[in-house]
Amino acid sequence: MEKRTDKNSYTIIFAIGMVIIVGVILSGLFGWTKPMITANEEIEKQQNILYAMGVNNNDDTSAEFVASDKAEALFTENVKEQMVLFSKDGKIEKQMTRQEYMDANNGQEPYLIDVKKQQSNAKKGEARKLPLFIGQNKEGKTVYVAPIYGKGLWDAIWGYVAIDKDMVVQGAYFDHKGETPGLGANIKQRYFMDDFYGEHLLTSNGAFKGITVAKGNADPKNEDKTDNEVDAIAGATITGDGVSAMIKSDLKLYKPYFDNLKKQAN
Amino acid sequence: MGLLSKKDAALIKDPLADNNPITIQVLGICSALAITAELEASIVMSISVLFVLGIGNVVISLMRNIIPSKIRIIVQLIVVATLVIIVDLVLKAFAYELSKTLSVFVGLIITNCIIMGRFEAFALGNGPWRSFLDGIGNALGYAVILIIVGFFRELLGSGTLLGIPVLGDPIEKTGLYALGYENNGFMLLSPMALIVVGIIIWVQRTRNKTLIED
Repeated sequence: MEKRTDKNSYTIIFAIGMVIIVGVILSGLFGWTKPMITANEEIEKQQNILYAMGVNNNDDTSAEFVASDKAEALFTENVKEQMVLFSKDGKIEKQMTRQEYMDANNGQEPYLIDVKKQQSNAKKGEARKLPLFIGQNKEGKTVYVAPIYGKGLWDAIWGYVAIDKDMVVQGAYFDHKGETPGLGANIKQRYFMDDFYGEHLLTSNGAFKGITVAKGNADPKNEDKTDNEVDAIAGATITGDGVSAMIKSDLKLYKPYFDNLKKQAN
Repeated sequence: MGLLSKKDAALIKDPLADNNPITIQVLGICSALAITAELEASIVMSISVLFVLGIGNVVISLMRNIIPSKIRIIVQLIVVATLVIIVDLVLKAFAYELSKTLSVFVGLIITNCIIMGRFEAFALGNGPWRSFLDGIGNALGYAVILIIVGFFRELLGSGTLLGIPVLGDPIEKTGLYALGYENNGFMLLSPMALIVVGIIIWVQRTRNKTLIED
């Protein structure tokens, strides 16, 4: 005898019913948690930028953000200036201060600019908005933090790099969406991120070269800071290449700004 | 085991040894390769699977009389996916830091064949309590292998355990490294995970000859 659950009509009704129930549960849950998730993500961006600036709770080996309930206050205190540069064809067309930008964009803070979206806008030929966060690190040096965004092995990778006026890295934070735990995921480990400290983005004659995550660069302690290379992570070649690529493509766009700074200083 | 009857206790104990999901049933190999380069990742993955398999087995078991057999695999997939998404959203809202650590495992859990395998082989034909025990037992059996593999891969590949250097500093040449020891970078790559699993299978079958198939 055929079982009730084998009938086609039952199967179809079951499938429809299940999709509706699951859909209602998930969309309800998503709607309920969304404001909290967005708030958490905004705080995380602030923590990331602060981390790159050197405002963090690091101990000897682990990478620790400032506490999430203090992030907002510390962000306002440490980030002296937020700027938005409008870049097109490798040139900076105009720049806006935080206030100007917020007035023009319904009060959106510059640190919430979606780098991924700006990259695709740039591909369509529109001007790309480049956020820049200016503050001081522990040694009292003025640092400029810029967001970068790219592709790893499985999914998106991104980061925040703090550089000084000569485009020498003063701090970096990297994160990823789905790199392999234990391999590519290690780009957010201290030993990798700390390697970038002091590395030059420019060559000795002032051209932009970026920093390559290199295998076998014979400098595992990273004592040579002007070779534009840091040591790669074993077993994470493609993630490392992704880091090199996003540093190269995204930070290059900021170079005109720093050229300009230098001109003004002279 | 006063709490469990003999039959129920076997549901927990068998997967730990002679019916291990990885070494005997050969399920869940993909995740055993992917995330065992570090001990910590192995432990986090084990706990996640324990949670999803325990609850998933109960849910499937409760639904076992109403699931149409023609689309049962799809129903099982939806149950796992829904459970994992619920956990992910709740963690993101209330324990953001923890969710960052776990987010990379979400995709790996859904595709873990142990979960589908136990739904199909056990939960569809047994009551919720026994299914729960079976889920916990298999997740523990999975955890044991993952942790053994993760232990050796991290120790021999990076010279650390849970991120703490235990063999000295490879750059400063202290500890074992002073004697000329080198980390074996090959241990960090997936093929070595298979070889470690192979060695475990070898040891297990040498000790218990009944496991050897013709």
